[in-house]
Amino acid sequence: MIPEALALSAVLFTIGTIGVLTRRNAIMIFMCVELMLNAVNLSFVALSNVYGVTGQVFVVFVMTVAAAEAAVGLAIIIAVFRHGQSVNLKNINLLKG
Amino acid sequence: MPTSPGLFYQVHFYLFGLLAIASALAFVTRKSPVSAALWLVSVLFNLAALYVMMGAHFVGVIQVLVYAGAIMVVFLFVVMLLNLGHPDELSDIRGTWGRLAAGLVGLALLAQVMVLARTRFTPRLQPPTNPVFGGPPDRGAVGTVAHPLFTEHLLAFELTSILLLAAIVGAVTIGKRRAAA
Repeated sequence: MIPEALALSAVLFTIGTIGVLTRRNAIMIFMCVELMLNAVNLSFVALSNVYGVTGQVFVVFVMTVAAAEAAVGLAIIIAVFRHGQSVNLKNINLLKG
Repeated sequence: MPTSPGLFYQVHFYLFGLLAIASALAFVTRKSPVSAALWLVSVLFNLAALYVMMGAHFVGVIQVLVYAGAIMVVFLFVVMLLNLGHPDELSDIRGTWGRLAAGLVGLALLAQVMVLARTRFTPRLQPPTNPVFGGPPDRGAVGTVAHPLFTEHLLAFELTSILLLAAIVGAVTIGKRRAAA
C-alpha cells in the first residue's frame, strides 16, 4: 500500500498548492499550507514502513514546526488585520511594485 | 502494516484515502473560513486513520490531539476573533486567470510526480525490494517513536524546545497591541 499512500500524498499536496494559489484570504492560505505539511507527513509515515521509524520521528518534528508556524503566522495575521481591518491579500499590497 | 494486506485492509485504506481527497477538495472550494476549517479537520482525521493503518499509532494519536485538536482550534479562534465568518463579504477566490494558473501549476506538479514514479533511479535511491525494516521493534506505540527520539535525535529534540520558546515569544510580541507597548 506504500505506492497508494505516496500517490495520495502527492494529490493532497497538489490540492494544497492550488488552494494557496487561488485563495486571497490569508487564513485560508495558512490552512492550505497546513494541508501541504500533512501531505508530506503522510509520505514520511508511508516510507517509515520501509526505512525505519526515523520517518515517524520526523513527523513529530514537522508537527512541532507546524504548531510554531501557526502561532507566529496567526499573530502576524492579527497584527495585519489590526493595521488594515482586512485579511484579504488584495488589500495588503504595500510591497507590490 | 501487514506484509500482505487483506481485502478488509485494502477497502478501508481506499475508503479513508478517498474521503481525505474529497474533504480536501471541499476544503479548498468553501467560501466561509469556518466550514473550510471543519473540512480540513475531516482531512486530518482521515489522515490519522491512515497513519494508524500504516502502523504509526503514536503519530495518529498526535495527529488528532495536536493538529485537529489544537492547531485547528487556534485557527477557528482567530477567525472568530477577527469576525471573518460572513461568507458574503469574502469573495476571496481569485478570478479566471488565477484559477487557470493554479490549475496549470497543479497539473505540472502531478506530472512531475508521475514522471518521478516512472523514472529509473540509481540503486542508492531506490527503495529496497525486501524491506530492511521488518516492522517496529516491540516497544509499544509510544516507545517506537520515543526511543529514537531520545537516543539518536536527542539534540534535535532539545533544539525543538528552543524553537517553541522563540515561537511563543514571537507570537506574544507580534500580537501585542501597539498602544500597550
